[in-house]
Amino acid sequence: MEKTKQRLLTGNKALSEAIRLEMEKDENVFVLGEDVGEYGGIFGSTEGLLKQFGPERIMDTPISETAFIGAAVGAASEGMRPIVELMFVDFFGVTMDQIYNHMAKIPYMSGGNVKLPMVLMTAVGGGYNDAAQHSQTLYSTFGHLPGMKVVAPTTPYDLKGMMTSAIRDDNPVVFMFHKTLQGLGWMDQLDTSIGHVPEEAYTVPLGKAKVVKEGTDVTIVGLQMTTHFGMEAVKKLEEQGINAELIDLRSIVPLDRETILQSIKKTHRLLVVDEDYKSFGVTAEIAALAAEEGLYDLEAPVKRLAIPDVPIPYSRPMEQFVLPNAEKIVEEAIKLVNE
Amino acid sequence: MTISNEELNWMYETMYKIRYYEDKMVEAYAEGKNPVFNIGAGTVPGEMHLATGQEPAAAGISIHLKKDDIVSSPHRPHHHAIAKGVNLNKMTAEIFGKETGLGKGKGGHMHLFDPEVHFSCGGIVGAGIPHAVGAALAAKKKNKDSVAVAFIGEGAANQGAFHESLNLAALWNLPFIIVVENNKYGISVPKSHSTSIPSNDLRASAYGVKGYYVKDNDPIAMYEVSGEAVERARNGEGPSIIEIETYRYLGHFQGDAEVYRDENEVTELREKDPIKLLREKLISDYNIEESEITAMESRAIKDVDHAYAFARESDYPKPEAALEDLFD
Repeated sequence: MEKTKQRLLTGNKALSEAIRLEMEKDENVFVLGEDVGEYGGIFGSTEGLLKQFGPERIMDTPISETAFIGAAVGAASEGMRPIVELMFVDFFGVTMDQIYNHMAKIPYMSGGNVKLPMVLMTAVGGGYNDAAQHSQTLYSTFGHLPGMKVVAPTTPYDLKGMMTSAIRDDNPVVFMFHKTLQGLGWMDQLDTSIGHVPEEAYTVPLGKAKVVKEGTDVTIVGLQMTTHFGMEAVKKLEEQGINAELIDLRSIVPLDRETILQSIKKTHRLLVVDEDYKSFGVTAEIAALAAEEGLYDLEAPVKRLAIPDVPIPYSRPMEQFVLPNAEKIVEEAIKLVNE
Repeated sequence: MTISNEELNWMYETMYKIRYYEDKMVEAYAEGKNPVFNIGAGTVPGEMHLATGQEPAAAGISIHLKKDDIVSSPHRPHHHAIAKGVNLNKMTAEIFGKETGLGKGKGGHMHLFDPEVHFSCGGIVGAGIPHAVGAALAAKKKNKDSVAVAFIGEGAANQGAFHESLNLAALWNLPFIIVVENNKYGISVPKSHSTSIPSNDLRASAYGVKGYYVKDNDPIAMYEVSGEAVERARNGEGPSIIEIETYRYLGHFQGDAEVYRDENEVTELREKDPIKLLREKLISDYNIEESEITAMESRAIKDVDHAYAFARESDYPKPEAALEDLFD
């Protein structure tokens, strides 16, 4: 068992392993999307699956998102458990009607009589100069519309465990994986994108945040890349004598309000960091939560670090200017502690 | 439609320039990505979709276009931009992320906009088609004789936008042409796995528009059918679909491992290279002097080298410039 414990996988391999194990167990699970077959998914989410399951269950599609995401809705309503990939979350525009008017609303409008046990998985995030149409996370765009669970795991362990949960969930789940956290050879190499992953199937619950590091002086909330930056920031803050607590949100819907409120009770200071636009976003929602339910625990105003409200620019100096990073988190956290 | 020597020369020089431009971009893109390929690293970061091998589609129709004619292009835009006469210095600077670029570094290679020559492109498959329909509508409303051309890959013909746009353009009898560059693959998916019919010109009858098919990546055949389609559009005779069988020598993007195709496939395609074949034809069939050809080649090289130098010498934008240009 010692060997199993030490097995390290990249994010993408953890993700494809979760799909593989569920497909072996349940014939109703199948995958459809652009380049999910021979290519294994542009960001490796279906690596190796075509070889094992063949084109009947790992289905390459035309570039017809309305048709194939709509088809996933139809298949799910008839009892299948499709996993449908939207290559980049930014492409939601061509198919949003299927996602938010149908996938998200049919279970509700049917009074719970129609179940849509489907997973819409999609790649999010920037930081590699892919410009405004290929770099967004859109966490809050999806989080805002009721009817979908929306999850965004950070580590390989959580990617596998939460994908397993998502597939087994009877509700539509939007499963966002961050490109840079997939551990792909052709992107930035981060420690966070490789981690211990057990070989067997296991679940990590949807809707539960994780305290990555306990602390007493300030609560930092992040998800995906901002959790990764938060880990770096926490170390730097420690060197300066600041004991920060870091929460990895992991799920946007349902939002784990309790973990955040408990943390504020302890640290009395809150910094929320998000790789999404600032206005009306995840940072705003969590700030509102603190204001509504945790105001008397706070000793300083909430701070938010997110993308200023501009599309993500292409050129490196401008992109780095708008994206959060460890240094910016450290700077904001120090300001907050000194308030 | 008979092609003149002057037109042949323009097409050859344009295709040569595109090829040389893309070859230089292969090198520029590789800078700072060795020995480890990191898509976000180097002189030119981000995705890079090159059009090497697809020059006939761009040159064969652009020769019939005027400055006021409109071109919308997808994520693989360099050949269309060059053939349309987009400012090469500013285009290259944009791709290098410099403040002198067409979009001051905000757009990059997939998002080039040059209103001077009515050129635009974008990173969402099929999205440029309705933009061209609207541009054609504007031309009609303004009583201009402009024509709008939407270039797409064969994969985009399965987007709803393709079908809705053709119906609309036909319904309103707009000066609109779709050029479908069939380079055989939508990223990794071969056309036979994505498209229910052999070629998209067959879809023309569904919308009451004209359909043309050009085989073997032939620039002169492309010139001929495009000439007819542009003339029809300009004369108010309605939209057309042109599908051209073309070749993609490189991966979908630079760094694509191309696991989906045989290595020999590209070698075989390169043997039928349209630029090489056209060069031979200029000499054998049209009596164009070798010296005239090398003069065109030198001129193309000089223009492109100058554009790359301009891009390299230009400054990066200030980080805070990210906050500018959102609203007027």
